[in-house]
Amino acid sequence: MTPSRAAFAAILAKDLRAELRTLQSLPAMALFAVTTFVIFRFGLDRTQLSGSLAAGVLWATLLFAAILGINRLFVAEREEGGFDAIRLAPIDRSALFAAKATALVAYLVAVELVVVPVFALFFLDSAAPLPPLALVLLLADLGLAATGTLISSMAVNSRARDLLTPLVLLPLVVPLSIAATGALEPLLAVGGPGYHRFGTWLAVLGLYDLIFLLVGYAVFDFLLED
Amino acid sequence: MTEPAVAVAGLRRDYDERPALGGVDVSLRQGESLLVVGPNGAGKTTLLRILATLLRPSSGEVRVLGAQLPAEAWKVRGRIGLLGHEPLLYRDLSGRENLRFQARLHGLRGEAAEARISELLAAVEMDRRADDRVTELSAGMRQRLAVCRCVLHEPELLLLDEPDSNLDASGRALAGELIGSRSDRTRVLVSHDPERYRREADRTLELGPGGRVAAA
Amino acid sequence: MYGKGLRPLSIATVAALVAALSLVFFYAPLDADQGFIQKIFYLHVPLAITALVGFVVGGVFAIAHLRSGNSKWDAYSYVSIHMSVIFGVAVLVTGSIWAKASWGHWWVWDEPTLVSFLIVFLMYATYYPFRYAIEDRERQGRYASVFAIVAGAFVPLNFMAVRMAQSLVHPRTFGTANGGLPGSMMLTFLVCLLAIGLLWVTLVKFELTAKSASGQVKRLRRALDAPAPGGRSRVAPEVS
Repeated sequence: MTPSRAAFAAILAKDLRAELRTLQSLPAMALFAVTTFVIFRFGLDRTQLSGSLAAGVLWATLLFAAILGINRLFVAEREEGGFDAIRLAPIDRSALFAAKATALVAYLVAVELVVVPVFALFFLDSAAPLPPLALVLLLADLGLAATGTLISSMAVNSRARDLLTPLVLLPLVVPLSIAATGALEPLLAVGGPGYHRFGTWLAVLGLYDLIFLLVGYAVFDFLLED
Repeated sequence: MTEPAVAVAGLRRDYDERPALGGVDVSLRQGESLLVVGPNGAGKTTLLRILATLLRPSSGEVRVLGAQLPAEAWKVRGRIGLLGHEPLLYRDLSGRENLRFQARLHGLRGEAAEARISELLAAVEMDRRADDRVTELSAGMRQRLAVCRCVLHEPELLLLDEPDSNLDASGRALAGELIGSRSDRTRVLVSHDPERYRREADRTLELGPGGRVAAA
Repeated sequence: MYGKGLRPLSIATVAALVAALSLVFFYAPLDADQGFIQKIFYLHVPLAITALVGFVVGGVFAIAHLRSGNSKWDAYSYVSIHMSVIFGVAVLVTGSIWAKASWGHWWVWDEPTLVSFLIVFLMYATYYPFRYAIEDRERQGRYASVFAIVAGAFVPLNFMAVRMAQSLVHPRTFGTANGGLPGSMMLTFLVCLLAIGLLWVTLVKFELTAKSASGQVKRLRRALDAPAPGGRSRVAPEVS
């Protein structure tokens, strides 16, 4: 059996190479997010956002942009017979889960590197909250990646796959969203970043990440059987 | 007395309670080749995919290279090469990158792997187009790459589903060097054109709709 | 095969329900603040507890299904979740009635348990479109089991997160009611819980029996219609 680390690295490299070469998902996700900010600007009739409103707009936008990327995560495997290629290989199939989830985190971080500064530009009056914000988003991305990879790998084998992923994923990430916005809200307060219950919310995010990364890793083998 | 490479007894496979394969018995010694023939829908591809560990049998005994399927499938995955209907190539990567990916999945890396890849590409005369994206290649070229992919890890058992599809005469000849009867490996071959292969095959299995008809 | 025990179970359930209703209407004291409508609590909370336990049970069956590959566990898991979703509708309706009685609105966000339950319900409601979108029967069962396990892990996380989000708002939870539940209310509550629990088990068993019977009929019909290979007719083994 090929060691899992090697299989993980091979699949991750393959995915990143394909995405960098075609740039199918990343620009679309970023553009979608920025346009959504504009829609919110007019929908809420605000040019400055702070506190819970800012947290909500930022998180909701990132979440919906993420779903665009999550929908495409396994498309190559599905359409080009890639599932077979991986299932024929002498590897632990959970390596596929790990590699895809890692790739998804990479995509989310890449998109956030563009989108969050734009958000600050559009709606915030200082860049001070950005560093702790980045930490919150990173932890949230891990949870989103774990659940997104899991749901997407099943939805890709169904009818109406683009519909199924958001349908099942959205309720599933409610606790994640509560914790993420819970931490973001005081960070984006008017007077400067606050850290009310920051540690607690990070702990909740961490717990969510841990649970779903473990569950995903454990059940993934069953998903690839036939 | 060495264990047969493939031993199948009473194999059945159902899709939603309709039989796709019913009661297949066949065995194959190392180095032999088996030709599987039959009309569309007879279950030829299903049989191949079960032997490749991609599908589980619904009932019956299947042993491949000494391992009981599906329980011990993990033991033999690295020793089987499947050439199916799909070339299993990622469209946005080049032929060489695809083969490299395949190599890595099988634990091959470094210079040895690169050398083997180049050797195979040359053997099917794809070396000049090896760095073009698969999406730019014709079906015949993809099939040649698929042949390389299938033998890259030097499998003991080859499972070939209509290997000549999309290949021109020169492609068939080149592929034949790698996966044909001269290659000395145990082979299970599915074909719609039995006459071409009947002479080379040690045994023939004929499948009828939903079940086995006769084996020779 | 499944019908065994259905009759005594049904009788026990009816008896328990009659006992529970009698206690609710004739024994349990009238709540000083909310009056008669407070009695919906005896229906709402047992329904909620039963539904949540049902979801967890569905997840446990799902684990058994993945580990054994036996499709009967998949049927158990499906019916458990199915019944709990139906009970879930009743939870939300009775919860809404209780909200109207307690706070004057048909829906409130103040009650973290009710809100959590709404989210859990929304999660499990996606089980059906998810399941039926997968065409291959075996794969459908496997994926459904994964769903049940993931959703099972999600339930406690969800309750925790919602509770944390609302802890700043003055919580008017069952806690204040439970903390000081007098003996008569507690007895009534427990009997109701037993009755609703029995109802759930009976309905699940009922549905499994019906499914098993119709499955057998379908198989027999297919065996009779299909041309038998080699002259033997093959009747499939009894499976749920």
